[in-house]
Amino acid sequence: MTQAATSPRFKENARAALADGELQKSLKILETNFIGRRKQVADKLPEFDALRDAARDIKNHTLAHLDLYLEEYERRVTAQGGHVHYAVTAADARSIILDICRAAEAKLVTKGKSMIAEEVGLDDFLAVHSITPVETDLGEYIIQIRHEMPSHIIAPALHLSKAQVAADFRRVHKELPPNRNLEEPETLLAEARAVLREKFLAADVGITGANFLVAETGSSIIVTNEGNGDLTQTLPKVHIVLTSIEKLVPTLEDVAEFLRVLARSATGQEMSVYTTLSTGPQRPRDPDGPREYHVVLLDNGRSAMLGGQFRDMLRCIRCGACMNHCPVYQAIGGHAYGWVYPGPMGAVLTPSLIGIDKAGNLPNASTFCGRCEEVCPVRIPLPKLMRFWREREFERHLSPATVRAGLSFWAFFARRPWLYGFATDLAARVLALMSGARGRFRWLPLARGWTDRRDFPAPQGATFQAQWRRRH
Amino acid sequence: MAGLRVGLFVTCLIDFFRPSVGFAAVKLLEDAGCVVEVPHQACCGQPAFNSGDRADARAIAEQVIAAFESFDYIVVPSGSCAGMLRAHYPELFRGDPNWQPRADAFAAKCFELISFLVDVMGVTATNAKFAGTVTYHDSCSGLRELGVKAQPRRLLATVADLSLTEMQDADVCCGFGGTFCVKYPEISNAIVAKKVANARATGAGTLLAGDLGCLMNMAGKLARDGGGIKVRHVAEVLAGMTDEPAIAAPREQREAAS
Repeated sequence: MTQAATSPRFKENARAALADGELQKSLKILETNFIGRRKQVADKLPEFDALRDAARDIKNHTLAHLDLYLEEYERRVTAQGGHVHYAVTAADARSIILDICRAAEAKLVTKGKSMIAEEVGLDDFLAVHSITPVETDLGEYIIQIRHEMPSHIIAPALHLSKAQVAADFRRVHKELPPNRNLEEPETLLAEARAVLREKFLAADVGITGANFLVAETGSSIIVTNEGNGDLTQTLPKVHIVLTSIEKLVPTLEDVAEFLRVLARSATGQEMSVYTTLSTGPQRPRDPDGPREYHVVLLDNGRSAMLGGQFRDMLRCIRCGACMNHCPVYQAIGGHAYGWVYPGPMGAVLTPSLIGIDKAGNLPNASTFCGRCEEVCPVRIPLPKLMRFWREREFERHLSPATVRAGLSFWAFFARRPWLYGFATDLAARVLALMSGARGRFRWLPLARGWTDRRDFPAPQGATFQAQWRRRH
Repeated sequence: MAGLRVGLFVTCLIDFFRPSVGFAAVKLLEDAGCVVEVPHQACCGQPAFNSGDRADARAIAEQVIAAFESFDYIVVPSGSCAGMLRAHYPELFRGDPNWQPRADAFAAKCFELISFLVDVMGVTATNAKFAGTVTYHDSCSGLRELGVKAQPRRLLATVADLSLTEMQDADVCCGFGGTFCVKYPEISNAIVAKKVANARATGAGTLLAGDLGCLMNMAGKLARDGGGIKVRHVAEVLAGMTDEPAIAAPREQREAAS
């Protein structure tokens, strides 16, 4: 584990999120923008569902032969003068990157958006070692100056309003006139751009993530909308791609399939603004580019997932559609989940990375409505995988004792229909009598989880089965 | 298709809270020409299955399969429980040489009530009458595991004097989620608050759905927030059996009549 996870305090986090008016206003964008736009572009493409099948199949094929594709990819990168580093753990990834930065005598590092960098906690680590990391994606920059984790995997600052960002800019950009206009998104963007421009030019090392790694060509690909990734990876003399092993796909042709579903699922765009391939360091006749090109391939538990129940999760292409469509995420936002990956994909991935003992709430805090699976571009059966985590939790006796006791009491009856029928008929009659003419309860012992906010409908009287058997 | 033997899996919620839905299901099935039987039964095991308690889920499933596998069809007035029987029982027995074939054969005969009437029995109309405007909530499991969406609307369109006004996000979860609603009550409340606001915005007098869990959640929230909309299982309206007070509604009417 790297970043301190607040996942064990999920319930408290969620309660605070529900009471946070600013956050609740910001979360509305999920319903007003993301969902409608995705639907619009998906509906316009008759082959969208067929493309999702193809994307799923390509990932399944690649994962089944991951060892071969990794070797092929490494061969290509090396042949082009790049270096591939395997990082088994998050700590390995951090120290590999520190070594590269030290060898380059780096003081300033620019960073493109990378969830893997969040996963390994890179920024804090570099800062501790006297290397200044500067996030160049606008959303990442905003959360960096606020010392926060991203609340969404593609829109890291989704939880914030314009006014909150303007206040942060005034706090941090002290050299600028204090009474400047920061009302419009454009003025915020222009200010960030001006501040970041100097950093791009001064950076010694640029670190990006990768959306895809292509075995056939040894290329890494980033899909962005701001162009910051391009400046991050081409201007400094050293480019480090920090990514993970499941990003591999066999060919460029395959990438084309993914590009058609990725932006549509993520932002509702047909294509992102920039799709940038980088293939090795600057060659003799190239006009620009980094002199060194490093790829740090993080495992961090992924090989173990490959051989187990959670393999399907390795297909994830980090589009964020599952969280956009999740009623729970829509209600509480990303920070409540307490670690790097929120929403349904986080509910499956986070326990793999930080342990089900810490992240147990995440796969439980789902209604299993199935909307995440319905929109997933690579058809990950997210509810089923969350249920697998609940099974692990149950097997390891991590679920609360009261829940286990209640469940086994109930199961004792549910396994004995005759006894069950007798007991429930009695209980239904008693409750019906107790509720009198009201037909519902405003309060019931042991049911406050329900009755604090909802009335509890009373039974009508005798059970269906009791009535049926009297008549038949 | 007449004379088909149908085992009614009434679901533990309907059995306990709202037997009138069970009798509405029986009427709809008999009107469609089925012979309905009700074997001794308890629950489908979903609470155990979704709590990670696979052993209890399996034990319950074995007993349900044994009680129902002799019927031509097993019909369930709930998308969630029908989804459990149809989609998840086979998962519980995967790889078991004795039970998997039984679970698969059983699952193939299990249907949610309304989709069974339309898709299997070919029912195209009801002879029910319901004076009023209704709105219909698509419960998640029925919608996404079983494709129940057009069937209830198709039959509702044939109910005399009924008009259907769609709510915004009819296909979005109501926040019930089985044990979710009591494990994470604040989150569940936020979700159901949105749902009932969408239902209220339609101006409809009655909110319908095909799952009693969702219905109790929405009815409970509506009642706490001042009522105004009646909540019923769609089968009650389709069967023309709406004399019972709506879910969570006061019983004055019935007592006055008795």
